[in-house]
Amino acid sequence: MESIVADTGATGGRPGGGRRHATLLRAVPAVVVLVLLAAAPFVLAPFATTVLGRILVFALFAVSLDLLVGVTGLPSLGHAAYFGVGAYTAGIVAIDVTSEGVVLVLVAALAGAVAAAATGWLAVRSSGVFFLMLTLAVGEIVFQLTTTLDSVTGGSNGLYGIPAVRVGGTALTLAGYVYWFVLAVFVLGFAALWLVSRSPVGGVLRGIRDNEPRMRSLGYSPFRYKYVAFVIAGALAGVAGGLFALQVRLVTPSEAGFTTGALALLAVILGGAGSLWGPVLGAAVVVLVRDALGPTLEGHGPLVLGIVFVLAVYLLPRGFAGLAGISAAVQRRRAATRRTP
Amino acid sequence: MTAPLLSLSGVSRHFGALKAVDDVTLDVPTGARHALIGPNGAGKSTLFKLVTGSMPVSAGTVTLGGTDVTGLPEHVRARLGISQTLQHSSLFTTQTVEQNVLLAAQRRHGSRASLVPRRQAAARERVDGLLADVGLDHRRGSPVADLSHGERRQLEVAVALACEPRLLLLDEPAAGMSPAESARLVELVRALPETVTVVIVEHDLDVVFALARSVTVLHLGRVLLTGTPEQVRASDAVQEAYLGTGRESLFTDTAGPAALGVG
Repeated sequence: MESIVADTGATGGRPGGGRRHATLLRAVPAVVVLVLLAAAPFVLAPFATTVLGRILVFALFAVSLDLLVGVTGLPSLGHAAYFGVGAYTAGIVAIDVTSEGVVLVLVAALAGAVAAAATGWLAVRSSGVFFLMLTLAVGEIVFQLTTTLDSVTGGSNGLYGIPAVRVGGTALTLAGYVYWFVLAVFVLGFAALWLVSRSPVGGVLRGIRDNEPRMRSLGYSPFRYKYVAFVIAGALAGVAGGLFALQVRLVTPSEAGFTTGALALLAVILGGAGSLWGPVLGAAVVVLVRDALGPTLEGHGPLVLGIVFVLAVYLLPRGFAGLAGISAAVQRRRAATRRTP
Repeated sequence: MTAPLLSLSGVSRHFGALKAVDDVTLDVPTGARHALIGPNGAGKSTLFKLVTGSMPVSAGTVTLGGTDVTGLPEHVRARLGISQTLQHSSLFTTQTVEQNVLLAAQRRHGSRASLVPRRQAAARERVDGLLADVGLDHRRGSPVADLSHGERRQLEVAVALACEPRLLLLDEPAAGMSPAESARLVELVRALPETVTVVIVEHDLDVVFALARSVTVLHLGRVLLTGTPEQVRASDAVQEAYLGTGRESLFTDTAGPAALGVG
């Protein structure tokens, strides 16, 4: 039956010669950024390298949140819960079992995924304000657990004494090597999220964001896809948490707290929700203002962030990613006016 | 006559005291080109929602190809072969024309559950064919937000067909289309194979009579008449439902077109 229908009009050919070429061209900026990031430890001071590493960690966390907020249309206030779960799991494993980097990253991912699978089952069934409230509640529960489970998490003192991360048995004590490890995991994590967002499932997620009832009438079960997205985002948030633990070597309850989640949301909106690369820039601004600029402003870092946020919402409604969209829109408009003289 | 593909038995939907759809019993055989007509508020769109499952029935059963689907959720019914276009355009507005159709096509032709990018050659080929059919192939890369109203209606049809339905429900597909566009629509629906059963709600009676081989007239949620287009045209009850009793005197007794000698 399908073939009969298809035969009625299988004439549309694609002018597809330039496709591969365009994809390659688009990969150039990514490669340049990657080379610059990899070369950073040779140029930057150890402290600056560490800050850059923290930016990457927070960026991966923000990008995982972007899969929910920007791609799927699920604004989560409790995403820090999975970051925290990943951080504590990696920290505990590093202290008690092994500080082998790959193992830490994998258990952190698993812990984030399991936590997201357990809580997302309920959260994803709701939408709008109810989803916000449910994720907020999950975040608060995890935060409370981190402060009250003294024997496991170290309570409000935090989890300290995390040994230096090892790769192949060698402990990485120099900031530059830790940074490279963080960078490698960041690249893999970002690539994973990017692939998901470009995949058929990513298309379905965007469809759900735009028009969930219509997706249902096309035969998709939105719950299933949203749940998958939630678990993937939780796993990658867990990875980011694990990286945090092995880089900072101290995990406190605030890592799982509301402020961390809110800052990630801020990074996503600053950078441009749904673009994935935009939130990386957003995360850079957030971390720089909070960690680098904050101390020199006598603790008024959050105030500066607030001002930056208000300005961004007014001046860049689509975040940094929106700036890149402008030139494309101008070109499209030019093409359109040429077509209709 | 073949066994009915869609069978409604005593289907009702009440909103409080209002009976939007009231005890409708209707059989649509496989391959039918069936039209639902009736004045505004007759319950046509509500009946569609009961068939697709986006709204639960208050009473009665909906059967598709011999399977009772009354208790099944909307997306499962869609997978069983029900596809629709909605009265008000319901598309994915931030995405391009091609992506809209691909979303529907990849469920049947592609690897919808893949977490890594795929070329989806089969699905894309189907999208190409459908866009050519509805006359939107030159607009494939445009965002839906840039489309005219008529083009959006055409895109709706392409999306609905990309689901490869057994039962295609068209809710006022020609609303807001130019005459050329609706002629194209009629041609497209006519060219569908007999394996696709079409039920259409349409106010443009030219489109209805060009397509439909059987017509059901709904009035105040009830079936007034089911018959061939000729029977429906000739029916006094239908005339009455559309114009209302006594109201036609407003037009015939005073200076209407007839009195002016125009009609």
